[in-house]
Amino acid sequence: MNNTANPSATARTGRFFKDRLFVVLCLLSAGVCIAVLGVLLASIITQGVEYLGGPLLKNPPSRKPEKAGIYPAMIGTIWICSVCALTAIPLGVGTAILLEEFKPGNKILVRLHGFVQLNITNLAGVPSVVYGILGMTVFVEMFKMLGSASDPIWTLGTTDNWYYIQLPFGRGILAGGLTLMLIVLPIIIVSSQEALRAVPNSLRQGSLALGSTRWQMVWNTTLPAAIPGIMTGTILAMSRAIGEAAPILIIAGIVYITFTPEHLMDDFTAMPLQIYDWAGRPQESFHHLAASGILVLMAILLTFNTVAVIIRQKFQG
Amino acid sequence: MLSFKPYIIATALTVSVLSIVGVSNVAHAESLKGAVKIDGSSTVYPITEAVAEEFGAEYGRVRVTVGISGTGGGFKRFSVGETDISDASRPIKKKELDKAIENGVEFIEIPVAYDGLSIVVNKDNDFVDALTIDELKAIFLDGSKVKTWQDVRPEWPAIAVKIYAPGTDSGTFDYFKDVIAGKTGSIRADMSISEDDNVLVRGVAGDKGAIGFFGCAYYFANADKLRAVSIDGGSGAVLPTKSTIESGEYAPFSRPLFIYVNAKAAARPEVNAFVEFYLENGPALADEVGYVRLPSDIIALTKKNFRDGKTGTQFLDENGEKIHGPLAEVYR
Repeated sequence: MNNTANPSATARTGRFFKDRLFVVLCLLSAGVCIAVLGVLLASIITQGVEYLGGPLLKNPPSRKPEKAGIYPAMIGTIWICSVCALTAIPLGVGTAILLEEFKPGNKILVRLHGFVQLNITNLAGVPSVVYGILGMTVFVEMFKMLGSASDPIWTLGTTDNWYYIQLPFGRGILAGGLTLMLIVLPIIIVSSQEALRAVPNSLRQGSLALGSTRWQMVWNTTLPAAIPGIMTGTILAMSRAIGEAAPILIIAGIVYITFTPEHLMDDFTAMPLQIYDWAGRPQESFHHLAASGILVLMAILLTFNTVAVIIRQKFQG
Repeated sequence: MLSFKPYIIATALTVSVLSIVGVSNVAHAESLKGAVKIDGSSTVYPITEAVAEEFGAEYGRVRVTVGISGTGGGFKRFSVGETDISDASRPIKKKELDKAIENGVEFIEIPVAYDGLSIVVNKDNDFVDALTIDELKAIFLDGSKVKTWQDVRPEWPAIAVKIYAPGTDSGTFDYFKDVIAGKTGSIRADMSISEDDNVLVRGVAGDKGAIGFFGCAYYFANADKLRAVSIDGGSGAVLPTKSTIESGEYAPFSRPLFIYVNAKAAARPEVNAFVEFYLENGPALADEVGYVRLPSDIIALTKKNFRDGKTGTQFLDENGEKIHGPLAEVYR
């Protein structure tokens, strides 16, 4: 009856109903995500809390869960992630600046530009184990053209210097870090491009109108405005790098190691590899140890990310 | 072979010098330096890790690293001389041997423990207590007509058989296939397969009609959740226990695990000390981490073979064909 009496009112309640429904759906999907995360975290924390207080942070691996630790793997992870960040961020942001701010005018170069762009986007979807094999060929063996790791053709410093470098790199920190760099580069490039694209063109024009060169425009205007977005991409990229086990298994392969790396060519292992080994053991106490390892890994990741978020806040403010 | 003799002599010399110094050896432990690089099977890894841990307590300045690239991945590095020792959950293959010979890598083959392959069913499965090899063949061979347990033995209930098996390129699967299907046969493809043995444990534990197989360490650690099936290899049904696996009664599923030592590296004092330590303490440590120690006569043989520098594999004949059979018969 109502329909005939007041059609517009029904239409309005219908519209409002849809609006409500939409909000509820959004809440539901967000709720599901948070619930899954919550369950995951709760199960890891309940399992992992047992070994957190023990020698986990100071001991090397052991066959006895109550004596086993993750210290060498933790230091290894910090080394390779530092190498990864120090190389991937400048290279990635640089590439993004070239692709976004220095677009070519010439027809052939436009084609080349499009080709590079397409490849970078595709590279973001390549499985990390493929990068592991690539890193093995390019960094560890250097196409087997420069001798072998045990008989390098060129060295810089000695094994007592932290910056000791040899060619080929061999299965050391540098090869591991650079392989992680390959994995995260596409992520950093694509997200930095998005961030640069979001900078209003009026800012660029204003800068150019004041007489600055393109370099000054990028350095003083565009890049600072894009930093928050770039930092978000970097956080995502580093979160991926720190959790990669497959490429590290190929490059280093080591799990049992009692010493920490002393130079860029030194042997290492990383936390995901140690966790992977513990999680695959038959004894349940090792599964709990794996959960403790995951908690430590998450703590390191959060520390990395907090630094990035602070930098982002600073530039947004 | 001829070109290789100096290393054997060098090894033998080092060993005899070490055994003469004997007591002072321990005093030397503190000052021994160098590195021992080990890679290979993740199945053997827990034993090598335990040995490395104990070795490190005594020889603190020797840097031992142990990897888990898998038996095949380990041999790849070993056969070009990149590693000193390779962990292996199966004997070396013809292709890997050829590559080692091509690169001038001679090695000493040392069995270190047994990994009994256990065949398990669900805890609530109260009808299957033993299986014969023929029944296992009926269940697992390619083209099998077995759908329910009734098809295996008529007096068993018509509950669907669900199979859980390790990854097809794992050493465990290889060994099982060798025993059940032989050289030419193949295993059925309609199984639930996982690279992670803990997933198999959970699968069998949650499915009444399930049957699965994996290394005995996983059964021992989960004996409260699963039931092992006795295997009748022709002379009565035998349960997998540490003693039946060690004695070889649990036939034919006692699988040997190996380390391969680069003979040239074995001449280095730190590698030599490590392998000697392995031979001495390996059996007890293997037992501790869930595997089964070898019988004492085989242990004595491994020590003798290492000290004599006996190189090459005993699991391939002159034509490169695999030699089948229990360790006690093949290993000399």
